[in-house]
Amino acid sequence: GFGSLMQDVLWCFSQVKGTIDVGVTEADVISTVEFNHTGELLATGDKGGRVVIFQREQESKNQPHRRGEYNVYSTFQSHEPEFDYLKSLEIEEKINKIRWLPQQNAAYFLLSTNDKTVKLWKVSERDKRPEGYNLKDEDGRLRDPSMITMLRVPVLRPMDLMVEATPRRVFANAHTYHINSISVNSDYETYMSADDLRINLWNFEITNQSFNIVDIKPANMEELTEVITAAEFHPHHCNTFVYSSSKGTIRLCDMRTSALCDRHAKFFEEPEDPSNRSFFSEIISSISDVKFSHSGRFIMTRDYLTVKVWDLNMENRPIETYQVHDYLRSKLCSLYENDCIFDKFECVWNGSDSVIMTGSYNNFFRMFDRNTKRDVTLEASRENSKPRAILKPRKVCVGGKRRKDEISVDSLDFSKKILHTAWHPSENIIAVAATNNLYIFQDKVN
Amino acid sequence: MFVRGLKRKCFDGEEDIEGTLAGIKAIPSYNLQRQSLLDMSLVKLQLCHMLVEPNLCRSVLIANTVRQIQEEMTQDGTWQMINTQNTGQASLDRLVSTDILCRSSREQAEGKHVPGYSTFNKDFESDQAQDSSETMSTASSEQVPRNLQSNAWEMENPQENKGNFQKSLDQIFETLENKSPNSVEELFSEVDNSYYDLDTMLTGMMSGTKMGHCDGLETFSSPTTATSNSNCKSDINELDHIVEILVES
Repeated sequence: GFGSLMQDVLWCFSQVKGTIDVGVTEADVISTVEFNHTGELLATGDKGGRVVIFQREQESKNQPHRRGEYNVYSTFQSHEPEFDYLKSLEIEEKINKIRWLPQQNAAYFLLSTNDKTVKLWKVSERDKRPEGYNLKDEDGRLRDPSMITMLRVPVLRPMDLMVEATPRRVFANAHTYHINSISVNSDYETYMSADDLRINLWNFEITNQSFNIVDIKPANMEELTEVITAAEFHPHHCNTFVYSSSKGTIRLCDMRTSALCDRHAKFFEEPEDPSNRSFFSEIISSISDVKFSHSGRFIMTRDYLTVKVWDLNMENRPIETYQVHDYLRSKLCSLYENDCIFDKFECVWNGSDSVIMTGSYNNFFRMFDRNTKRDVTLEASRENSKPRAILKPRKVCVGGKRRKDEISVDSLDFSKKILHTAWHPSENIIAVAATNNLYIFQDKVN
Repeated sequence: MFVRGLKRKCFDGEEDIEGTLAGIKAIPSYNLQRQSLLDMSLVKLQLCHMLVEPNLCRSVLIANTVRQIQEEMTQDGTWQMINTQNTGQASLDRLVSTDILCRSSREQAEGKHVPGYSTFNKDFESDQAQDSSETMSTASSEQVPRNLQSNAWEMENPQENKGNFQKSLDQIFETLENKSPNSVEELFSEVDNSYYDLDTMLTGMMSGTKMGHCDGLETFSSPTTATSNSNCKSDINELDHIVEILVES
């Protein structure tokens, strides 16, 4: 497939969205990024509950170097802050995840969720409007029927393109705990939502019922030691899904075996290395993201320091392990103190499953080529933001002499974290969320 | 909120071992850090009473860490040493750099040695001027700025640490009940069973004293007075119970 036989990809800056202001409004912090199935649309959600959708412009023969830039297509407020009066707590409007539905007609559909409520949004275009009504005039005012002397048929006339987003379904009141994942099933009729202790299955048409398929809440909450951290449906088998836990395990479940999938079909766990054990072993083993490969043959998991690739047919250990930022291993205490150790990084596959990508600190993000075993560290920063500027690989100096272009571990900025990234489904275009900015990088056009 | 870069330096105990009783400094280092990690974890759990429902995954991971430390301290006998005359104050100053805990167990084994702890039976603060039989106190008193951000290596005795732990837990329950418990059992007997629900616990059911924005360790308030003297063994059971409560809600 593409990417595996080519020479090394050179990544270039393409665009950046968001303000350059030094003081970042908390509401503008991007909390999720997702391409749709064709890559034509790119959606972001932020802490303020807004969704912004970018659309790739048609490639123009006149400007071949502008390989389809992404421009704002629609912006809407998906979720509002709420107050839970029973618990005296706020419910954040932050968008935790966005997932697109495959396109089936002219309109686009996506799911967006905050901690408690999932919503199905329809995004559609309107570029014509009817004119020539009989009962109302052009301003919409009703006409006196007794004054009408002739009838006409209204006609559709072109108008300026308008993109409207309407909430078509609201799936509420099904989660006691915070929703961390949503996943559209390959049957396109159902989807699942997962919180810390439960996973629910929904039918898109039914909002007042959901089916609980996983429940790990112990009868006695004193015994709670493990939570669900992420979940996803298999890309092709609509009966299969996986969910990850805070203890570094992944369970694959088959919905055909029983209604409540508390008993897994497969259980993926790597044995612990006893020589590496510390008080932080469990915390850094907690899986923050799990993703099926496009082929459905592998799953990828992200824990605090590594990315792992698992073969579905081998449960006792991953087939590949990649170190994201192992230099942090000696800093775990400080990272525990300032809570960075609880940061949840996501991971993504490229379209051909040959390269995987994940974020790190200091606005660094990392790519690992599974075939060549080469990896690269790149940075999303305004300094590298000249059009089509090639990104220079970055390097963190671990100890000893620091070379000119390297950065030492102690100089890393831990407030600049790349938690959310997305890869175009078929091309080498990536979207990287750096706090309130969205960077889009493309490979160099030959 | 986040520290730019990580400037914490690990106090290299190896260098100072020469000239002092060999090995003793390394061991209290590990226990000191472990105690500090325990205190830090309890503070983190306590600060979960925020306006927004706290992150359950984070709370569970921290509670598991607390339990892990408790189990280890029970196993190596540190848990047994309870100083019934707790006069020290649990404070942020005592949170020391815990880098040593990041080392693998193999690295620790190389520098590790376990003398008895019965010699550590005095409050460091009150004994600062006193006899030099506790050489670590003299050696470290100059080096120890009471500042969380710097090399905060202090020599404390595990007995007092145990008392601090007790006080930390008491503070947590004070925010639950808004009263000072005389004994842990008394506290539990009065607590409404609904408090045992994790949801209720982590989502702010306490009366009155709700902490505002989770501002890190600065919001740590001053401790309550020392609890009553209690037998070692019953304390362990109570502490098991406490840790259970921390987890459940």
